[in-house]
Amino acid sequence: MKNNLKKYFPIFVLPTFVAFCVSFIVPFIMGLYLSFTKFTTVENAQWVGLENYIKAFTADDSFIHALWFTVKFTVVSVISVNIFAFFLALLLTRKIKGTNTFRTIFFMPNLIGGIVLGYIWNLIINGVLAFFGADITFDAKYGFWGLVILMNWQMIGYMMVVYIASLQNIPRELLEASQIDGASPLQTLTYIKIPMVMPAVTICTFLTLSNSFKLFDQNLALTAGAPANETEMLALNIFNTFYSRTGWQGVGQAKAVIFFILVALIAFIQLKITSKREVSE
Amino acid sequence: MGSKKAALNSLLYVFLIFLAVLFLSPVFIVLINSFKTKFNIISNPFELPNENTFAGLQNYINGISSSGILSAFLRSLFITVAAVSVLVVCCAMTAWYIVRVKSKLTKILYYLFVFSMIVPFQMVMYTMTYTVTKLHLNNLLGIVFIYLGFGAGLCVFMMSGFIRSIPSEIEEAAQIDGCSPIQAFFLVVFPVLKPTAITVSILNAMWIWNDFLLPYLVLGTKNKTMPVAIQLAMQGAYGSVDWGGFMAMLVFSIIPIIIFYAFCQKYIIDGVAAGAVKG
Repeated sequence: MKNNLKKYFPIFVLPTFVAFCVSFIVPFIMGLYLSFTKFTTVENAQWVGLENYIKAFTADDSFIHALWFTVKFTVVSVISVNIFAFFLALLLTRKIKGTNTFRTIFFMPNLIGGIVLGYIWNLIINGVLAFFGADITFDAKYGFWGLVILMNWQMIGYMMVVYIASLQNIPRELLEASQIDGASPLQTLTYIKIPMVMPAVTICTFLTLSNSFKLFDQNLALTAGAPANETEMLALNIFNTFYSRTGWQGVGQAKAVIFFILVALIAFIQLKITSKREVSE
Repeated sequence: MGSKKAALNSLLYVFLIFLAVLFLSPVFIVLINSFKTKFNIISNPFELPNENTFAGLQNYINGISSSGILSAFLRSLFITVAAVSVLVVCCAMTAWYIVRVKSKLTKILYYLFVFSMIVPFQMVMYTMTYTVTKLHLNNLLGIVFIYLGFGAGLCVFMMSGFIRSIPSEIEEAAQIDGCSPIQAFFLVVFPVLKPTAITVSILNAMWIWNDFLLPYLVLGTKNKTMPVAIQLAMQGAYGSVDWGGFMAMLVFSIIPIIIFYAFCQKYIIDGVAAGAVKG
């Protein structure tokens, strides 16, 4: 029976596997190799050892700057998005009418693509700054807070939906029991609701974390790094190293490998935290 | 006590309505600006059009005729529909095989798919573009194939999670009754996968429709998709942007999403929530 299915590998697995190899496995291995070489096209790669990795950090400070900018942006976004999203979820799980309509509206920005989002906010932020005779390219802090506002607008609805689902899963007996025992709304929140939604907090934190850390489209459309690459995030810095500087492709690839390791590290920490909780429960 | 609660609730409504207006206003601002003449947009985007600045549909005519946004729309639509269909069918088959045939090979395959989910696109973008161009996959059909490869990680992961939770007795009974594995899959297994198939479709449709970098690198400027057309309209203009036409393009790109959202709102929200929990 099982052997019967086994013979069908070419039909069931092969199409997906070939596509997976062509677009992921082969480029991934090539990318690892090329990060140790100097090349302008893939054919003329010459082994240079760790030179690209050293160059990524020492040739100019753009990579380190982009790394810090990304970390700062990620920390501020993760905290603000999750606080607002949880707060909205609390409001929308109260027994009032019309919560579905509000949920639909708050979630809507999440469907709009990063490029379009970036240009919408470019228009608005420049419009506001025009009153003060400035625009978004005048100062890196405008770009930074512009990105934070954009990220909040885009992600709050998404995280709110996850928090709502989690809040609605709290057993009703638990909430009723706390009311009978005379717990104040604040006590119910801190001793029941927040502990019960901790799994959702982990999910939302890491979702916002990896989305903010890997942000590209919004960064490109909102500021494209202006002024003078000061608002350039990691993904955009890698893109620019690849495509705006001839002879720097190897450095770009080395930066991409470092970027991959950082992202993998975040995912690994999330996995550890999640599996630890499952064991302790 | 009761009146205090009622007062609190109406206060809550006022606050929520204020927030809803705040959330909708960016889209609304783009909409009003798309009806203003091009020189009156960036100077004050918050002003409603008046008799001097009202442009009628001129921006839409300019924006649509000069940017090729209409063909970009059709291209995006084709790529999204084709890639999502291929992804759902192929990955469901692969996931079923991986779960039901237990061998070293399927185990390795599963971990490879999971691994691909944590690799950021920048890691493979240069070499992927190279491989794909060498294989002449840099066209509309080729990109569907590439999306199958890139989407496979999440799809196989989510599908196999679901397949593990369904008992294999029915499939086995079907095969004892003379079904081939292909028949058993399409007649028995695939219908059961519907909820996950919907979630996977929605997550991938949102990703592929809005994806910028992959089509930009693979299809280039000749076969523009919607996000590429919008980015190029801005990037290629070097300061002499037709803001009126650009606003019309933005509206044009948002409308299909809003319509789609209006019809499948429940599926989208539930699908995204489910995807978040599993992904």
